[in-house]
Amino acid sequence: MSLAEKYPQEIEKILAKYPPEHKRSAVMALLYMAMREGGYISKADKADIASMLDMTTTEVSSIVGFYSLFHDEKAGQYRLQVCTDIGCALKGADQYLADLCEKLDVKPGETTEDGLITIEEVKCLAACDKAPMFQVQSPEGIKYHEKMTVDTTLALIEELRKDAQEAK
Amino acid sequence: MDYMLLRHRDINNINQIDTFLKEDGFEGFKKALKMETVDVTNEVKAAGLRGRGGAGFPAGVKWSFMDNNNWPHYVVANADESEPGTFKDREIMESNPFQFLEGIAIASYAVGANAAYVYLRGEFWEVAHFLDEKIEEMEKAGFLGENIQGSEYSLKIYTHLGAGAYICGEETALLESMEGKRGQPRVRPPFPPSEGLYNKPTVVNNVETLSSVPYIIKNGAEGYRKFGTEKSPGTKIFSLSGNVNNPGNYELPLGTTFRELIFTHGGGIPDGKSIKAIMPAGASSSLIVANDEALDTAMDYESVPNVGGDLGSASVIVVDDSVSLDWLITKTMDFFHHESCGKCTPCREGSYWMKKLTERIHSGEGTEKDVELLKDVAYQIQGKTLCALGEFSTMAVVTSIERFPEDFKI
Repeated sequence: MSLAEKYPQEIEKILAKYPPEHKRSAVMALLYMAMREGGYISKADKADIASMLDMTTTEVSSIVGFYSLFHDEKAGQYRLQVCTDIGCALKGADQYLADLCEKLDVKPGETTEDGLITIEEVKCLAACDKAPMFQVQSPEGIKYHEKMTVDTTLALIEELRKDAQEAK
Repeated sequence: MDYMLLRHRDINNINQIDTFLKEDGFEGFKKALKMETVDVTNEVKAAGLRGRGGAGFPAGVKWSFMDNNNWPHYVVANADESEPGTFKDREIMESNPFQFLEGIAIASYAVGANAAYVYLRGEFWEVAHFLDEKIEEMEKAGFLGENIQGSEYSLKIYTHLGAGAYICGEETALLESMEGKRGQPRVRPPFPPSEGLYNKPTVVNNVETLSSVPYIIKNGAEGYRKFGTEKSPGTKIFSLSGNVNNPGNYELPLGTTFRELIFTHGGGIPDGKSIKAIMPAGASSSLIVANDEALDTAMDYESVPNVGGDLGSASVIVVDDSVSLDWLITKTMDFFHHESCGKCTPCREGSYWMKKLTERIHSGEGTEKDVELLKDVAYQIQGKTLCALGEFSTMAVVTSIERFPEDFKI
């Protein structure tokens, strides 16, 4: 099913934000919408969005490639994005990430064996006073987790695992 | 002092519309609606409010540049808060959202815009959804929509979510992004007040700037000028982070000293260490040597350059004496290399080489020539890029090497 078939009212609402002759402005909102299923943007979604907004598929792809929160490849169900930028790094974020990766037996960029969690290293998330911190990007959206330790992170992952199992 | 911006710290539940209304909410907007639009702009001009996103450009002056021969007009709130070390706009939007929205409404009225957008960084996904609710509440209470408060003025506010790109904090890149393109800066001029969103006159203001406006209209320019200094009036939110006991946001009058922020409010340096350097404007900062002269310097737009820095967005990152700056600049260069949008060759290629060189020097495999080459690449970027990002990427590198040479001895 195309996005237009799945979410007709919501798409109408998004398009209404912008002047009718500038509907291309809706591209980012529609790309987020496409990621609701599976957490990534498929080829078909790109073509679908392109035709809705009078763009070429190449133009849509260039948008996907430019912004770091758009993904066109499948990863874990939850992308756990740890900030290791300067503010967090001064508070030990690099060590936190290394310890977490060791516990999960993955390297940054890799996914846990069960396909649940992909660990990613990201740039500043505007929470420098609450380091170590990360955001979880999932098909449901993006959520911040601040002042974390390896233990509280592992507990959170356990909860996510339970949620995923229940959803199945 | 009562808070002007972080009012939620004085008043519980000010993010609820009933509480906000009880606490004089929207009084500034109601007053503005009875004024001539040009008088609203003039009041903000007289208050001397300067852009809080980093550039410090006078907000009222920006508004007065709007081209009145080209319509419609737009207002865009820059909520792309992405400078490493900056986390003030998020607190305002989460905890005192109506004051921010009121600021947008007043600015929109002043420049004759009937549509305004809030461009949030994609990571502020939860904040955007929260703001959507608040916008709806504001509309229900009769402060948005058609014929607001019985006037002839109509306004809609919309949120627009970015998707992870620091460059979109630069106002013309932000506008490109809003138009559904890659967020790359435009060649200026024309500036947004002549040709902005959809090539129409547009005011782009930072969240904190807009949130300062209701107070100015309600209490007048004179009321606002009771805080801060003559050339940098008002209060400012300082985002304090790094090696400090109590990191967080502190709203203080402009002109407060670094010492007061870091030691009185921030509780000083942890673990018995000493302060070594200050980055007053996030990752884009020069590294200021934290001696007594610097610590006693007033944090305002005029004074910080006297000790070799800029106030910028006032994201004060504290660096203690256990940190070697050859490491620190690998962090800033990793950031700028990742965030360079790729449009200008000096920034795109230069940030790549600077990242490589900083990593080589930090790994211990560098030579003295590498340090010289690193400086040389930085100098070649300066002044040769369309936007400030290229320039910013060089600041920490050059000032670390020049002011802390012992950290770069091979």
